[in-house]
Amino acid sequence: MEFIHLIAGGAAIGSAAAILIALNGRIAGISGIYSHLLQLRPGFLGWRVMFLLGLLLPGLWLGLQGTPLAIHAKPAIIFASGLLVGIGTHLASGCTSGHGVCGMANLSSRSIVATLTFMAVAMLVRFFVGAVA
Amino acid sequence: MKQLTPLIALLSGLIFGCGLILSGMTNPANVRAFLDISRDWNPALALVMGSAIVVAAPVFAWVRKRGKTLPGQVVDLNNRRPLDRRLLIGSAIFGAGWGMLGVCPGPGLVVAASGDAGGLLFVGAMSVGMVLCQLLSRRPR
Repeated sequence: MEFIHLIAGGAAIGSAAAILIALNGRIAGISGIYSHLLQLRPGFLGWRVMFLLGLLLPGLWLGLQGTPLAIHAKPAIIFASGLLVGIGTHLASGCTSGHGVCGMANLSSRSIVATLTFMAVAMLVRFFVGAVA
Repeated sequence: MKQLTPLIALLSGLIFGCGLILSGMTNPANVRAFLDISRDWNPALALVMGSAIVVAAPVFAWVRKRGKTLPGQVVDLNNRRPLDRRLLIGSAIFGAGWGMLGVCPGPGLVVAASGDAGGLLFVGAMSVGMVLCQLLSRRPR
C-alpha cells in the first residue's frame, strides 16, 4: 500500500460524499442505501439504484478484466460476519460510510460515538479472535 | 436540475467505488492489518478515512450552515436524534462483524460485483441480516 493510494482513494470517497450532499442533499451511507433498496418499495428506489449501480461498476469492470477482488475465509466466518454487519448497521442506522465518513464530516455526535464504538469493538474482536480469519 | 439527480447519484457511486478499490479497502487483509493493533499494526489505513473526512467536512459545513443544497433544495444537517442504546448496540454488533473478517458494506458490495464467491456470500448474509431486522421492526397492523 502506497500512501498516495490511501490519500487519493480517501479523497475520492470524500468527494463522492461531498457531491451527493451538495447537489442531491443525500447522505452517501452505503448500508442505508442498500437496505432501503432491499425493501423493494418503488419510492425508495430511484437515486439509490443509480448510486449502487455506480458503486458496483468498478468492481464489475475489474471482474470482467479477469482481476477479481476477493474475500478469503472459511464460508462460516464470511456468513457470520455478513450477518452481524447487516444486523448491526440496521440497528445503528449506518456503517463506515454513513457514520464514519459522512457523519464524522458533519461533526454529528451520534456518528462520532458510533464510529468510535465500532472501531473499538472491531479492534477488540481482532485482538481475541485474530487467529480465526 | 431535478433531472440530473440520478446522474449525480451514479457519478457519486462511481467515484466512491473507485475510491474503495484505489485505497485498498476492498482487500480485507489491509483492513485486518489496521484493526490488529497488537500484531504488526499498520495504522496507514486511517489515512483513507482521514482524507475522506478532510475533503467532505468543509462541504458538509457549508450545506449545514446554508440549510440548502447548491440547487436550493432544503436540507437539515443538524441531527437532533438522541444518542440511544440502539445506536451503541448496533455499532458494537457491526464492529464485531467487521472485525472478524475486515469487510464493511461498501467493500463487500464491490467485491461481490467482481464476481467473487466470498463477496457474494458476504453480501447474501448481510442482506439476510438487514431483511430480518426490517421484518422484526415492522409493526403489525
